[in-house]
Amino acid sequence: MRYAMVIDTLKCVGCSDCVVACQTENDVPHGYCRDWVTESVIGTYPEVEIELRSERCNHCDNTPCVRTCPTAASHVIEGGIVLVDRDLCIGCGACIESCPYDARYRHPEWGTVDKCTFCVHRVHKGQDPACVSVCPTNCMYFGDIDDANSEVSKLIAVRKYKTLAPEAGTKPQIYYLI
Amino acid sequence: MIPFQISGSEEVFISGRNIPHIDPHLTLWEFPISLYLFLGGLSAGILFFSAVVHLINKEDEFKGAAKWAPIVVPFALSIGLLALVYDLGNPFYSWRLYTTIRLESPMSWGAWVLLIVTPLSILWVMTYIRELFPVIKYENYKMPFLYKVEELAVKYKKYMALALLPLTIILGIYTGILLSAFNARPLWNNAILGPLFLVSGLSTAAATIILFAKSHHERQWFSKIDILLIVIEIGLIIHLIMGYYAGNEMQIEALDVLMNGEFTTMFFGLLVVLGLLVPLILEVFELAGFKVPVIIPAILILIGGLIFRILMVEAGQLSRILY
Repeated sequence: MRYAMVIDTLKCVGCSDCVVACQTENDVPHGYCRDWVTESVIGTYPEVEIELRSERCNHCDNTPCVRTCPTAASHVIEGGIVLVDRDLCIGCGACIESCPYDARYRHPEWGTVDKCTFCVHRVHKGQDPACVSVCPTNCMYFGDIDDANSEVSKLIAVRKYKTLAPEAGTKPQIYYLI
Repeated sequence: MIPFQISGSEEVFISGRNIPHIDPHLTLWEFPISLYLFLGGLSAGILFFSAVVHLINKEDEFKGAAKWAPIVVPFALSIGLLALVYDLGNPFYSWRLYTTIRLESPMSWGAWVLLIVTPLSILWVMTYIRELFPVIKYENYKMPFLYKVEELAVKYKKYMALALLPLTIILGIYTGILLSAFNARPLWNNAILGPLFLVSGLSTAAATIILFAKSHHERQWFSKIDILLIVIEIGLIIHLIMGYYAGNEMQIEALDVLMNGEFTTMFFGLLVVLGLLVPLILEVFELAGFKVPVIIPAILILIGGLIFRILMVEAGQLSRILY
C-alpha cells in the first residue's frame, strides 16, 4: 500500500481550484497554502513553453522532515502519508528548513507546523483528496501505486513523467505527466 | 511578484492566492537562532578551555580562563536557551524535546547535550565562586544545602572536567551540524560547517578569556591560541568557498548570496576584514611588542562571531534546491 498522486501537466489549465478546495476543506489560514500552482516558463516568445504544476507535499519515501524532527511529531503512517502530530510539535521549524519543496509552514494560531495531509480524513473514508475531487479538467489522480491495476500505476506505466528535485534523494511520490 | 530565475526559465506562482509566507522564500529562523548559535559556541569554547586548564593543573597561571571567564557561561547559555525557546512556534511544549531521543535529528541530541552542559556549567562555577567573591554566603539566601552541593562539586571536579571535554566539543560542533543537516538549504548542507562553527566558537571563547585574563602572561598565551584559531578559521572559510565553486549549479547559486549578492558587503566587510583579518593583524602586532589595547581585537572577534552566525542563518535560508 503506497498512496501517490499523478498530475497531468498537459491537462492542467492553472485554474487554482485545487488550491481553493484545499483551503476550504482544511481550514487553511488566510495567506497560507498547503498546495499551490506553479507556472514554469521555458524560453522566450515565440519559442516558449509553459508547464503548469499543482504542487504540494510530495509525501516522500525518504523524508528529511521526519529525520530532522527532534520530537518525532513528523511521522509517516500506513500508506506512506507524512503527517504532523500537533500534540508533539513544538514549532521549531527544523522540518520546514529541511523540505526541498517548501511544502510546510508554521500555523499562525497553533504555532505548530502544518502541511498537506493528502486529506487523510477523506482517504480513510474511501474518498479522493479535496484537490483531486474538484479538478475541473480531471488532471489529478490519486491511488495506490503498489497496486499495478490502479489508475495511477497504469498512467505512469504508459506516460512520460517526472518528479520534482529527485536529486534531493527524497523519492517524492507526486508524479507529473509531461 | 519576484520570479525565480533558473537558467533561462522562470517560475511564477499563480496560486491565485496571496501566499507571502511561502513565496518567494521561506525565512523562518531569525536573529534569536543566530544569537543562540553564537552563545552556544562561545559557552562551549570557554568551558573547554577552563576544563583543559584545570586538567593540566595550571589554574593559578591561567586564572582568567580557569575561573573568571566561565562565570559568563551559565548566563550565556540561559540567554541562548531563552532565545531558542522564544523562536519556537509552540514554546510551552518545548519539554517535548525531552520525551524522546532522536539520534537522526541534530536538534534532538543538541537539546540533550544542553540539558547536561547547562547544570554542569553552574556546578563548575560553584566550585570556586565563593573563593572569588567571599561575600557570597548561602545561608543568607536561606539555601545552606548549597554548601553540600559545592562540596560534592569540588570533590568530583576532575571528573566534571573530563566529562566537559567531549561534551563541549559536541556542543560546539553541534551548532554547525544543526544547520548542515538540512539538505534542502544548499548553503548549509556541507560537511565543513560543523568544524568551522567549532573553531569559530573556540576563537570567540579565547577572545573572551583575553578580556578576563589576569596577567600579561595569560593574555599572551590566549592571544597565541586565538591567532592559531583565526588562521584555521580563515583556512576553513576558504575551503568552504572553494568547495562550493567546485560544486554543482545549486551550490554555485547558493554561494552567490555571499559572494555576489545581498550579503556580500557583510561577508567581506564585517566578517572577513573586521571580524578576522583586523583582529589577527592586531594580535600579531601585540605579540611582536607593539602597544595594542587587547580589548579591540577581542571585541572585534566576538562581534565577528555573531555576524558569522547571522550571515549563515539568513543567507542559508535564501538558498534552495533548484527545480
